[in-house]
Amino acid sequence: MNKAAALLDQFGRSVFNVLEEMGSMILLFLSTLAWAVRPPFKIRLTIKQMEFVGVKSIFVVVLTGLFTGMVTTLQGYYGFRMFSAETLVGSTVALAMARELGPVLTALMVTARAGSAMAAELGTMRVTEQIDALYVMAANPVKHLIVPRVIAGVTMLPLLTVVSVFMGMVGSYFVGVIILDINKGMFIENINKFVDLYDLYNGLIKAAFFGLILSFVGCFKGFKTTGGAEGVGKATTEAVVISAITILISDYFLTALMF
Amino acid sequence: MIELVDIHKSFKKQKVLDGLNLKIEEGMTTIIIGRSGGGKSVLLKHIIGLLKPDSGSVVIEGDDISRMNDRDLNEVRKKFGMLFQEAALFDSMNVFENVAFPLREHTRMKEREIRERVLSRLKDVGLSGVEEKMPSELSGGMKKRVGLARALAMEPRIVLFDEPTTGLDPVMTEAIDRLIFETQRNFNLTCVVISHDIKSIFSVGHRVAMLYDGKIIEYGTPEELRRSDNPVVKQFLEGSLEGPISIM
Repeated sequence: MNKAAALLDQFGRSVFNVLEEMGSMILLFLSTLAWAVRPPFKIRLTIKQMEFVGVKSIFVVVLTGLFTGMVTTLQGYYGFRMFSAETLVGSTVALAMARELGPVLTALMVTARAGSAMAAELGTMRVTEQIDALYVMAANPVKHLIVPRVIAGVTMLPLLTVVSVFMGMVGSYFVGVIILDINKGMFIENINKFVDLYDLYNGLIKAAFFGLILSFVGCFKGFKTTGGAEGVGKATTEAVVISAITILISDYFLTALMF
Repeated sequence: MIELVDIHKSFKKQKVLDGLNLKIEEGMTTIIIGRSGGGKSVLLKHIIGLLKPDSGSVVIEGDDISRMNDRDLNEVRKKFGMLFQEAALFDSMNVFENVAFPLREHTRMKEREIRERVLSRLKDVGLSGVEEKMPSELSGGMKKRVGLARALAMEPRIVLFDEPTTGLDPVMTEAIDRLIFETQRNFNLTCVVISHDIKSIFSVGHRVAMLYDGKIIEYGTPEELRRSDNPVVKQFLEGSLEGPISIM
């Protein structure tokens, strides 16, 4: 009986903890929205974060996009060759890159690069009392730290996705036309025929949403860090895991919604 | 004046402040002493509204900040400066930017005026030529000086010090103590200092308050405290193992 009560107690506590965390996440999100539209705007800080999230992620995004385009072309080629439809490889890869692979892989790479850094930086600021120092100086930390990062995430992810999709197509062209000798005219013609600008918009909306997830989760986890260096490590890990999972799950629902 | 009235504060099941009352007199340095982990920092954070009491009130110059909204609280906070335990300098900014931060945030001062004010504050704390350095390039004592310069940048009336000498060598401890003493006198500040350092108590304090078991158990001039009959105060000042303070 006692064991059952203890089990129930533990279950109740975990439910409470989850609800508490969700509640504080929603409150912080609302506060972020409110501060995002209230002047004065922290333009310098925002541009600095845009550089960090956007410009400094270009290299990884270029590599990821390029090789994803190359490998999907290679894989697709062997499938399509079975029914002599090799010229469709380009359009298939373009569709996959624009609608799925571009935004998702970009978001996962930026989560690993920038989302984790946001959690670690804000976490360190929390445990070294720098966030308290902001409060004491009557400077709101949400406005100074979170809003610029979230704006950078939402605006940079679509741009990085464009880079990723473009590089994916460069990789696809290289492998398809130059290595596998698919007819160049047909390759491009099929892309024109089957891929719409709408497909890219679709991906860009997703990218903006993923940018919001990875930057906000990174900031939230960092902002709520407790417990010294260990706490910072934990916050960083959790930020990456939660962002990655949320990105993949929400990807399905966004696709279902926008199809 | 700062007045804390019947403050209760618990974290989960742990009671930290338990009906604490304290009046901090204007234009004086009040030192708060007490055991490590005894709630001194929690007390300090209540004074500046970083923590809100479960019950009781914190009155700063007539305004109860424990029930204030953020906007009003920020106005009250502009009267304060605070030096944190590890200085809490923003490590993404250099020394100059750190000290200039509150000025850029809250004033419309021109760049030239900001520069003058920052350099003068750094000079007040005995630093010059370090403006371009990043906090990671500074020693512990220098960080605290920069932290003090930043706390003084807005010309506050009240300055809070959270263990200003912890982790410093005896010479630097003396230097920071003297700096607190001189700053208080030159700017006619109300200072609240948390300290473990018995020597500091007698060199910088006008008033001393001893926090024990969530309450202020003794308050008076350093001399009065030295003559106190309270066994807890006696044991603490002597640093003795024998007495009512248990060692866990």
